[in-house]
Amino acid sequence: MNLTLKIWRQKDANSKGQMTDYKVSEISEHMSFLEMMDVLNEQIINKGEEPVAFDHDCREGICGMCSMYINGEAHGPDRGVTTCQLHMRMFKDGDTITIEPWKAAAFPVVKDLVVDRSAFDRIQHAGGYISVNTSGNTQDANSIPIAKEAADTAMDAATCIGCGACVATCKNSSAMLFVGAKVSQYALLPQGQVEAADRVKNMVAQMDLEGFGNCTNTGACEVECPKGISLDNIARMNRELMKASI
Amino acid sequence: MALDSKVPQGPIKDKWTDYKNKINLVNPANKRHIDVIVVGTGLAGGSASATLAELGYNVKAFAYQDSPRRAHSIAAQGGINAAKNYQGDGDSTYRLFYDTVKGGDYRSREANVYRLAEVSANIIDQCVAQGVPFARDYGGLLDNRSFGGVLVSRTFYAKGQTGQQLLLGAYSAMNRQIARGKIEMFNRHEMLDVVIVDGKARGIIARNLVTGEIERHSAHAVVIASGGYGNVYFLSTNAMGSNVTAGWKVHKKGAYFANPCYTQIHPTCIPRSGDYQSKLTLMSESLRNDGRIWVPKHLKDVESIRSGKLKPTQLKEEDRDYYLERRYPAFGNLVPRDVASRAAKERCDAGYGVNATGEAVYLDFAASFVRYGTEQAKIQGISNPSEAKIKELGQEIVRAKYGNLFQMYEKIVDENPYETPMMIYPAVHYTMGGVWVDYNLMTTIPGCYAIGEANFSDHGANRLGASALMQGLADGYFVLPYTIGDYLADDIRTGKISTDTPEFEAAEKEVKERIDFFVNNKGTHSVDYYHKKLGKIMWDKCGMSRNAEGLKSAIEEISALRKDFWENVNVPGTDKEYNEQLAKAGRVADFLELGELFAKDALVREESAGGHFREEHQTPEGEAKRLKEFQFVSAWEYKGEPKDAVLHKEELAYENIEVKERSYK
Amino acid sequence: MGGFFKSSIGRKVAMALSAFFLMFFLLQHLAINILSVANPDLFNEVSHFMGTNPVVQFALQPVLIFAVVFHFVMGFILDIKNRKANGAKYAKNNGAANSTWFSRNMVISGITILAFVLLHFIDFWFPEINTKFIQGDWSGTMPGVDGFRYHEELVHKFMNPARVVAYAVAFVFLGLHLAHGFTSAFQSVGAASLRKKLEKVGIAYSVIVPFGFIFIALYHFFNH
Repeated sequence: MNLTLKIWRQKDANSKGQMTDYKVSEISEHMSFLEMMDVLNEQIINKGEEPVAFDHDCREGICGMCSMYINGEAHGPDRGVTTCQLHMRMFKDGDTITIEPWKAAAFPVVKDLVVDRSAFDRIQHAGGYISVNTSGNTQDANSIPIAKEAADTAMDAATCIGCGACVATCKNSSAMLFVGAKVSQYALLPQGQVEAADRVKNMVAQMDLEGFGNCTNTGACEVECPKGISLDNIARMNRELMKASI
Repeated sequence: MALDSKVPQGPIKDKWTDYKNKINLVNPANKRHIDVIVVGTGLAGGSASATLAELGYNVKAFAYQDSPRRAHSIAAQGGINAAKNYQGDGDSTYRLFYDTVKGGDYRSREANVYRLAEVSANIIDQCVAQGVPFARDYGGLLDNRSFGGVLVSRTFYAKGQTGQQLLLGAYSAMNRQIARGKIEMFNRHEMLDVVIVDGKARGIIARNLVTGEIERHSAHAVVIASGGYGNVYFLSTNAMGSNVTAGWKVHKKGAYFANPCYTQIHPTCIPRSGDYQSKLTLMSESLRNDGRIWVPKHLKDVESIRSGKLKPTQLKEEDRDYYLERRYPAFGNLVPRDVASRAAKERCDAGYGVNATGEAVYLDFAASFVRYGTEQAKIQGISNPSEAKIKELGQEIVRAKYGNLFQMYEKIVDENPYETPMMIYPAVHYTMGGVWVDYNLMTTIPGCYAIGEANFSDHGANRLGASALMQGLADGYFVLPYTIGDYLADDIRTGKISTDTPEFEAAEKEVKERIDFFVNNKGTHSVDYYHKKLGKIMWDKCGMSRNAEGLKSAIEEISALRKDFWENVNVPGTDKEYNEQLAKAGRVADFLELGELFAKDALVREESAGGHFREEHQTPEGEAKRLKEFQFVSAWEYKGEPKDAVLHKEELAYENIEVKERSYK
Repeated sequence: MGGFFKSSIGRKVAMALSAFFLMFFLLQHLAINILSVANPDLFNEVSHFMGTNPVVQFALQPVLIFAVVFHFVMGFILDIKNRKANGAKYAKNNGAANSTWFSRNMVISGITILAFVLLHFIDFWFPEINTKFIQGDWSGTMPGVDGFRYHEELVHKFMNPARVVAYAVAFVFLGLHLAHGFTSAFQSVGAASLRKKLEKVGIAYSVIVPFGFIFIALYHFFNH
């Protein structure tokens, strides 16, 4: 198929960006979206111009690097996938596709479609861990049974890949789905209980400091999340913070 | 220089304990004055950084991704082995050790593997304490599954995302140390050279991938944890950015490179669909617990299936060839990866491949649906359930176990694997070879260590499933933190290493010259053009089976391609900006050297062992034929061009395991 | 605790708490107003009770005023902060793909409701305050009307078609506001399972309450 691409080009964090049009042809419907971008970039390089910069690494939907806002949706029109798992069969011959970077005050653009998501790391530094030393001399792994349901719910929260689609999608650029998932994972496990109060307070404080917006419960993040992280995690974080503060 | 593996004396089960009792320690006050650089933040690098910081060293960690959490360990799916024997099915440290050495086709170092098995149980304790949500049974205890090449269930898992959860565990341990200021994290940084001062590794030259700035970083020791080099094949299950550069740079500065030809071709990957393909996707080996692998028995059925006239589900049971069950009745579909991959290639080469490219076999879950469904019907008290009901109940169980993998398959292939068998084909997945290390995990450069997939030590010629995660975490959490202390104990009075020395100057100059060359060359072909060409040579001539003639021509072709690359490569943009093509050019340049050494190593190894299959050396039944005279590690010393590399042999002695014919029949 | 209400989550919890109070207020307001249709005498009596009872006037009324003012002021503050966090706009944004229009535009429905509240104050509340607190007339009567004045005043207001239209429009927006706000408030205070259970109740509430008010306005318009 033949496509018109409207792509956000921005030289670096300090430059102004603009949308630029490109044409690509002979795109197979079995290609992934990023393979289509590879074709485009090869074409641009062979013309002696600078290729479009975009983040990507594992290309199997787990590392959380890829981060494109495609036709007005984070990771494009498909559900439960990252951009690297989005396939061209979702598009039609002759389509015009708009491709933009995540846009949020807390995610400044590095170049073209690449953004700086280090705010997520700093939120994790503030408390995204259990303070156990790494000696291996902890108690036996089976000494505390954990109800299967709690373990499974914790796992569901823990599958977050930290891609930032929730922030990109949210009209308020809120990071609560991301933070809620991390808070929930630990809140649901007995190992995480000891520091639960400080953890949620510190992580929420850091989240606010980074300049993410507030949650207005539109639920858009849950729909666009490639890993289907549930809004329940935000509610659980709210409860945890109330519990910690009272 | 003679190779000294520094394996401690004494009985194998006491070696590690005795060693730990006798090594030099660094007191906590002195650790504050010692810096350690860790390159890579996957399971090995991440866990090592966290533990070294916990002990009190000042750690500088480097990742080319934008966060340590994105290292490619995250993509490991199936699980992690540990000799916990929670299932009471006869597992033990010795059995894990035995399975690993046998699985590696008797080409790994006994003492290292035993230590790995010994510390494996601690990993699970550690990870649970960190909040890793492993799968549990209804009693609230940890669940296990079985993997290829073993007869016990010792694999712990977190859905199909075990690597992700373990990496997030290590990342959380890092976060705690970053918050304390004990780890200084350098994201989007790439190591481009190691700096040797007075014969010791004392720092690195790194490039900031955002600004393009070249930076000098000093330390008392350098740890390479940069993963494997599967991307030398262009197409692999590795991440797009996975590269050999860190390992190759230390090799060029004096570290020997061991067994480069030992590559694991994983049997259960999604087949390629076209030339545009940028990477291959693995489907966890755990699928082989419940899936049966087959191709049609008759070529006429193959034709009908390829042309779409016949659906695989329509083919009668007696017209199918469950070739693994046929050839290996004892292990069946759970034979080790190398065996399963070669068997798939054998069938496809014989013309039985089931897709348009002829490179695919079926992985069929229909029998599991029936088995699980019947069981569920009994549990739920449904009498005389219909076939459809049984299938539905069975599919529920399979969905709970592998739902995310089935969904991933459907997204990529656009076929519903609940209704039609999956198609799979082997793909490059892991490299057992790597930087040579001794028992201390130190390379032949004093003060330079290599851990995880970057080193060569534990998996011999073939790695068993769920063992990579085990090795990465064992090295990082429990082995390196001891062994590095023994070395650093001599450095307590050294003081801060200056970066303002001729050694750093020279290394930085070399790095800058190379970068200048790339951005100024303005050649005719893109970096990917060369990478794809290299990949094709590697896959065709150094792939699942190899022969002397092919390997010789591979050496020549790669050498010629490298020459072409250095004349005609085109890197757009400048060096003072975010420039992915520039970063990639450096990586491909190193792959072009490694690839040749790889072929040379494969040529020298005149036997078949594990993932290395030489067509000249096989039994009449087509099984791999190992030779006693090749019971050694090939450690290559850099001497300029790859063709000039000098071979050093580390003989492998097996005192605790009888070296036998490796049979899974 | 003070730190809690300074945090993003604390603020949204406060928004939810004021919302709960306002939703309860709306319900009782509707219940009383319905009486103006069903039983004008009882309406007058209840109105007089509400208008003169010291607990209602001096305890609940200030809470109501606080809740209304807080809900609006905090709503605007949060909206401004959220706009700042949102940074640059997308060239193409397909919000409809993942959320409802009314959940994304609470500030628009909110502004409409604010305009209505001002009108409502001018119509009813300011005259009430004037009568009771400035002129000191707590009798609930007016010249020319037998018994209490409340029903008569109400009917009088709804004789103007422009006012009826304005009321109807405002209440449609109130309905949209509630369609998201009702369940959203439960989510904000962490009651996720209650949110899901009450989804239908929320829809019913956001339809019945506004249309109840609209019905009353239309009823009086057409019957008097």
